[in-house]
Amino acid sequence: MGSHPRHLLDFQDWTPERLTAILDNADTMLQVLDRPVKKVPALQGLTVCNAFFENSTRTRTSFELAARRMSADVLTFAAGASSVSKGESLRDTMEVLTSYKVDAYIVRHHAAGAAHLVARYSGKPVINAGDGRRAHPTQALLDAYTIRQEYGSLEGKTVAIIGDIRHSRVARSNAELLPKLGAKVVLCGPAPLLPAGLGALPGVTLTTDPREAVRGAHAVMALRLQRERMSGGFLGSLQEYADTYQVNETLMQEAESGAVVLHPGPMNRDLEISGDTADGPRSRILKQVENGQAIRMSVLYHLLVGRN
Amino acid sequence: MTPKAIILTPDEVRRALTRIAHEIIERNKGAENLALIGVHTRGIPLARRLAEKLSSLEGVDVPTGMLDITLYRDDLSEVAQQPIIRETQVPFDLRDRRVILVDDVLYTGRTVRAALDALIDLGRPAGIQLAVLVDRGHRELPIRADYVGKNLPTAATEVVKVKLQETDDVDSVELWDMEALR
Repeated sequence: MGSHPRHLLDFQDWTPERLTAILDNADTMLQVLDRPVKKVPALQGLTVCNAFFENSTRTRTSFELAARRMSADVLTFAAGASSVSKGESLRDTMEVLTSYKVDAYIVRHHAAGAAHLVARYSGKPVINAGDGRRAHPTQALLDAYTIRQEYGSLEGKTVAIIGDIRHSRVARSNAELLPKLGAKVVLCGPAPLLPAGLGALPGVTLTTDPREAVRGAHAVMALRLQRERMSGGFLGSLQEYADTYQVNETLMQEAESGAVVLHPGPMNRDLEISGDTADGPRSRILKQVENGQAIRMSVLYHLLVGRN
Repeated sequence: MTPKAIILTPDEVRRALTRIAHEIIERNKGAENLALIGVHTRGIPLARRLAEKLSSLEGVDVPTGMLDITLYRDDLSEVAQQPIIRETQVPFDLRDRRVILVDDVLYTGRTVRAALDALIDLGRPAGIQLAVLVDRGHRELPIRADYVGKNLPTAATEVVKVKLQETDDVDSVELWDMEALR
């Protein structure tokens, strides 16, 4: 299994065996969520702090519910899109939160590396719920889990991720995680939104051609076009982008028969993904949301129970 | 390394389970509306064997399930090693059924307490009874078994090892010194 990582900041210290154990235990957590009593006492007496320095609806509520389903007390700190910046003010805020005897931190921040900073001085397990463009490990885990649910294994599967790769922490985390679990990743987007450096990751290839990306793919993920992170100059027009890169039924004909469609949300419907594909039989978008809770319960279990 | 004593041989394990099956039938006036749920690991094959015996004695198919109590343990925040979560499978409605919880060894009672919590979260059975192959004493909670294969007074420094054909290729109950196992 390898050593037991204390934090989930990215996948650097995580062995395939430990990552698989998280996915395996999510099966049990899903069963719990399907019962009349959707709660287990595993984390009773522990306090989990949801520290969100950046706007979030689904990730924050998903983590909050996951912690509550495990019987943890939850302290939610939502700074919203305030002027909280990395460094002293983040540290001051975390020190205040630490005085509440918190046992674990879930951190979302607009600055890359913020979760690492919290991990360095909090002395408690930290889960990165998204830091800038860098990483969003639990989203990648739930994506992997959703694909595994479909095929039984990720071994030998191809996952195409299409869209705004440059600004996407989801794409980076998936590019780091999926090859560790035996899958190939094809990252695809317009050249200005496709950082060449990601092609150096093992098991990852890059292309600007969406048809090439999707050919033979078992899962196709559309990424949100992050207009709020763009300071102009990346794209000609949104329509031009949609005409070429939108994940729709026409593009999906190039994929493996039975290939599924994913989207980390929130969606720009009819921009990066067509409405009929998002709502169609291939879509596993709502399944991703459901799986997110189970994965986060499993991650909390792995970080808060039995550390060697 | 050898055990201090063989407490039950294969034949004695079989006879103990046969007697428990008869006691279950007697107490419940038959085997209708019963369910057997085994606690991981060795409670599961024991539950299945009891179900087979009830079926051959009464001609009734008694459903069996499996229960993992990991997420209900009361020491999860203190354990050094992360317990492996195994499968819970109760593919029938517990309502109006008398459930017989089956485990191999009854010791402090904490596993049974966790199993009761887990079971009640799955539904509302008409009643819960407890069957164990060995009761070794040293209870820390007010819990007792309804059906016991073998009452075995032990010292806290001793270990009771239950082996079953399904998990260990042999049926036996052995008593070991903890020191000998280190």
